[in-house]
Amino acid sequence: MERIQKIAVPLAAIIAFLALWELIVWANDWPNYVMASPSDLPAAYARFWNLFLVMGWQTLWRTILGLALAVVFGTLLGMIMGFSKLARDALYPLLVGFNAVPKATLVPVLALLFIGQHDFNTVLMAFLISFFPIAVSVGIGLSTLEPEYRDILAALGASKFTIFRKIALPKTLPEFFGALKVSVTLAFIGTNLVEIVSPHGRGLGALFKSGETNGDYPLMFAVLIALAFLGIVLYYGVVALEKIFAGWAERAPG
Amino acid sequence: MKHLIDIKGVSHAYKTKHGPLPVLDGLTVEVPKGEFCAVVGPSGCGKSTLTRLVSGLMRPDCGTVILDGQEVTSPRKTVGMAFQNPVMLEWRTILENVMLPLEIVAPEMKKSDAEARAMHLLEMVGLKGFENKRPSELSGGMRQRASLCRAIVHKPQVLIMDEPFGALDNFTREDLWQTMRDLRAAEPFTCVLITHDLRESVFLGDQVIVLSGRPARTQYVLNVDLPADRTIDILYDPKAIEMLHILRDQIRIAQGRDGGVH
Repeated sequence: MERIQKIAVPLAAIIAFLALWELIVWANDWPNYVMASPSDLPAAYARFWNLFLVMGWQTLWRTILGLALAVVFGTLLGMIMGFSKLARDALYPLLVGFNAVPKATLVPVLALLFIGQHDFNTVLMAFLISFFPIAVSVGIGLSTLEPEYRDILAALGASKFTIFRKIALPKTLPEFFGALKVSVTLAFIGTNLVEIVSPHGRGLGALFKSGETNGDYPLMFAVLIALAFLGIVLYYGVVALEKIFAGWAERAPG
Repeated sequence: MKHLIDIKGVSHAYKTKHGPLPVLDGLTVEVPKGEFCAVVGPSGCGKSTLTRLVSGLMRPDCGTVILDGQEVTSPRKTVGMAFQNPVMLEWRTILENVMLPLEIVAPEMKKSDAEARAMHLLEMVGLKGFENKRPSELSGGMRQRASLCRAIVHKPQVLIMDEPFGALDNFTREDLWQTMRDLRAAEPFTCVLITHDLRESVFLGDQVIVLSGRPARTQYVLNVDLPADRTIDILYDPKAIEMLHILRDQIRIAQGRDGGVH
């Protein structure tokens, strides 16, 4: 019963949302070049389904690769900042400043730096936009480790690496996954940013752009929905990983 | 007479913004093998510093800490520690938490042997049936019991405890005193207990050391000549009550309120 509820409730909410959307478009009698309605979408998917698959995959793999790089780099940076106060003091303002730069401004910069390397540019942007939350949360997780946790192993003569592996690393996992949930959406935005601002005919962003160029509004909306769907898939992918690796942090309800 | 723990003329100061803050001043403590030494003193008098010195987590500015005939210069595997906060690793079960020191001290030990050893201790402290629970599912007293098991699972020579029962309610605390007494009867270890509870020090200790206010030195040593198989009732014995009075007076002196407010 609880399982059915877990799927049925969000599903009902989605259906209600689509129905409301359809109703508003119908009530205002908007033509589909002002606002497409959900009933226009199946036709768009039927016509371009192979493009959705190919470009959806391009968006997906570039996002995941960028995010994977962000996880590796962000974790390393977080470790450095977590263990060394000097590194923390030195890097923090730099990182905050970098994070504050609107990433849209970096698209032309990257496009000039690596001309024609579209896949590389896109992965790089997904990475650049998403490593910050990971680095900060790992850094804070490690630097706020209570000394007693360290001492239970340090008192036995355990090495720094052993203490990190057995205590600091697992203890930081809940914070890490909290950050990863933010980062996965950011990486997805980064990928699409490059695909839309500097389109090379790859990814769902390019499909969106071509819908815009051709005045095919149902296609544009169909892309938006496809993006939302991919975003949900990515997010729940992270949630599933969290359940496996940090499920212990979840308290029983009540 | 040979002592297992020999702290000789130890002085230590912490560096602060306002210059050095001396916490220990020529401290001398001797604990014979197998004895239970309770250390009491006013709060902030450097009791916790003492645990870090004996465990080798810290080195004193001057003086020596000798453990089993060797000067302590770094942490060693023959020490077990328990803190006021039971510091359970939330991602491990209770059994896995208790087994943690064995992974460091005896990595070659077979997993089944390690499990058997940990289970044996959990049974002794009354946690049989809880071994596969997560720490968050246990009460504070139960977590502290598990923490005691973890502190002695690798059969340390010395068990160092820093106010391990301080955060528990009175009844739970008395239960744990008895658990501690039973563990000691079953396992041979020398024990240093930092506490601010005088009844606890008399119930568990073979000797009670009163530290003076900061910077701390040994102000008074009380030999607790009560039988080893004590029950809580012994605290109402006139002999114990007299000892508690003596200790109370010593604490008052240590606080610098000799003959002052009662």
